[in-house]
Amino acid sequence: MRNWITELRTSFLAVLALAVILCGLYPLTAWVLAHGLFPGKADGSLVTRDGTVLGSSLIGQEFSSPQYFHPRPSAAGRGYDAERSGGTNLGPLSKNLVDEVERRVAAYRAENGLPPNALVPADAVTSSGSGLDPHISPENAHLQAGRVARARGVPEAKILELVEAYTAGRTLGILGQPRVNVLRLNLALDGVRDVGR
Amino acid sequence: MAMMDLYGWIQLALFVGLLFLVTKPVGLYLVRVLEPDGKTWLDRPVRPVERLLYRVLGVDPKGEQDWKQYTQSLISFSLAGLLFTYAVLRLQHILPLNPQKLGPVRPDLAFNTAASFTTNTNWQNYAGETTLSYFSQMVGLVFHNFVSAAAGIAAAAALVRGIARHSAKTIGNFWVDLVRVNLYLLLPFSLVFSLFLTSQGIVQNFKPYVRTTPVESTTAAAPDKAGNSQIIAQGPASSQVAIKMLGTNGGGFFNANAAHPYENPTPLSNFIQMLSIFLIPSGLTYYLGRKVRNQKHGWAVWSAMAILFLAAALVCWRAESAGNPRLQALGVDPGGGNMEGKEVRFGVSGSSLFATVTTAASCGAVNSMHDSFTPLGGLVPLVNIQLGEVVFGGVGSGLYGMLIFVILAVFLTGLMVGRTPEYLGKKIESYDVKVSVLAVLILIFSILGFSAWATVSRWGLAGLNNSGPHGLSEILYAFSSGTGNNGSAFAGLNGNTPSYNITLALAMLFGRFIMMVPVLALAGNLARKKLIPPSEASFPASGPTFIIILIGTVLIVGALTFLPALTLGPVVEHLLMTGSGVLY
Repeated sequence: MRNWITELRTSFLAVLALAVILCGLYPLTAWVLAHGLFPGKADGSLVTRDGTVLGSSLIGQEFSSPQYFHPRPSAAGRGYDAERSGGTNLGPLSKNLVDEVERRVAAYRAENGLPPNALVPADAVTSSGSGLDPHISPENAHLQAGRVARARGVPEAKILELVEAYTAGRTLGILGQPRVNVLRLNLALDGVRDVGR
Repeated sequence: MAMMDLYGWIQLALFVGLLFLVTKPVGLYLVRVLEPDGKTWLDRPVRPVERLLYRVLGVDPKGEQDWKQYTQSLISFSLAGLLFTYAVLRLQHILPLNPQKLGPVRPDLAFNTAASFTTNTNWQNYAGETTLSYFSQMVGLVFHNFVSAAAGIAAAAALVRGIARHSAKTIGNFWVDLVRVNLYLLLPFSLVFSLFLTSQGIVQNFKPYVRTTPVESTTAAAPDKAGNSQIIAQGPASSQVAIKMLGTNGGGFFNANAAHPYENPTPLSNFIQMLSIFLIPSGLTYYLGRKVRNQKHGWAVWSAMAILFLAAALVCWRAESAGNPRLQALGVDPGGGNMEGKEVRFGVSGSSLFATVTTAASCGAVNSMHDSFTPLGGLVPLVNIQLGEVVFGGVGSGLYGMLIFVILAVFLTGLMVGRTPEYLGKKIESYDVKVSVLAVLILIFSILGFSAWATVSRWGLAGLNNSGPHGLSEILYAFSSGTGNNGSAFAGLNGNTPSYNITLALAMLFGRFIMMVPVLALAGNLARKKLIPPSEASFPASGPTFIIILIGTVLIVGALTFLPALTLGPVVEHLLMTGSGVLY
């Protein structure tokens, strides 16, 4: 019994002493260095225009009007709620999932003027894991380009050129997937170039 | 995006190749860290802090402990840490760094969370953004991200000492191992890693959540959106994510864990995070070889792990690439694979590899939602956990878990050839086999026992997000993940109810400590034994035969035990997906 008391005393001392180092000094040092070296990134890669914070280049946001590219469906809160990240967590045989995807496929084809048997990119009709996915696939962007061009009254080739310019390739030519950042592309459509680089 | 494309193959080859290359240097560094007077290049700044800590704790760094004292220190320290975190969570409303003014955490959830982080599980029945203050995350949780990892490495080192020593009473000093692993290994590695992660975009600040004005709401295009804003959660995430990965903890700063763009922003951060999960577990196999003076044995254990890992990674990748035929029948491009619950920047190959790594180790961070994987894609993480997370495994726990299987493999070969089993010059006797079997049995009883209870209880079924066989998988995954101290989830399951909070907390505590005590008892018993000279008939602890027998033991013990439950869950679901029109 006496043994346990000394042992517990040592234990509580160890908890406090280690907490000072690991939970105080460590994160504060990381904070100071992060702000010294990568200030914009440590503070959330925020995108501003004329002093207004429009969002973060890393965090997806909702776009639904035809002259903008649309992001993926989102299960975060009521959609792109950046306080409530998360996916649907629906399994592959979920009726909710299958019904919802069926509805989205039809809507995607109608909105982009695609023939009724056109294949729809998987990312366009499924929810991401975070609900905040900032990217869409290049295939998805290409299929939306016609609609965006019509809504803006500009030639589709011009829009496709912009999509090309805002398509990121695989890192080191190997890692990840080619992708288009929806917020950056849409800002470019509005004439705001190269934000959040 | 294509099915099992070339890029995915190159990524996998690069991953295994780099893992192989870092194993020896990390292992050699571990040898220095785990010697009380080992020299490292950090001695000048860190040694004074180390000495100060021993003085504060009243610990004699030269004094070693027998296995009972070592266990007592470990349990006592874990208990103190659990109470500490429980108090922090309950009192977060009066503690600093709470810009969102979040209230105290409910008692059952605080107990579950404290148990979860103490046991290196990091099962999360809460969403970080909406539940925990920056102080609770940075102090209440990061504390265990460090010390539970250090405790795991300590226990593995104690077992390795037990194997390496002979006619010895002691297996090291817990306090020395704890302090040295934190100061010389986890802390410096995490600091560097944290900066890299911020360079990729992971936030590190103490600001209130940012209120933004989304682009569309500023234009006339969407009048209904005028005045809308998006509130973006912030916090000291980078420092936490670094140790969450290196310590195979896995607890996300944000609810979506490593799928959240602030927690895993780029394909490069994804790749390095995966590598960081395996870094220390892989190095520990080299440490084993070095300490028992049989490097071939260390590499044989590494090879068995690598083979099991590759098999799992390929099955998962293949299933996820093939995608969901039910969605493809609706006109979804099959070339994209199964993208439900996955991020575009990682795609199917970066997500399925992450899922395999995080469950082969006891990490449990997720960059995609395992609940939405195809049945066979989701089977892989589940089986990985049920095998005991011995494929590289958690920091420390992976090695001691695998060494338990080594003892069982040696025992089984002994039975087959009718000789007294021996392992690295020591007789394996009844006591050694009994404690090893106990360590394996506790996993089985806890996983299957709690799962069975939940499936026939109202509280168990009330938490389900999916029905049919997938519902069973959700429950099975929860108690496998809890007992195995993994922490990933089929996250549709709502475990934040008093019944789930308490049963899962118990599963985590059983899986950690009832497993660790037999491991340390084994260490003590092996240290005590005399060496017997090797003879012609000694079974070598390396080479292809040993590797195959070890893999076989892992698979047979795992497969036989869990096959019936897996058949009723993911296997039935797969057959229904491909051979019927049933939906749930």
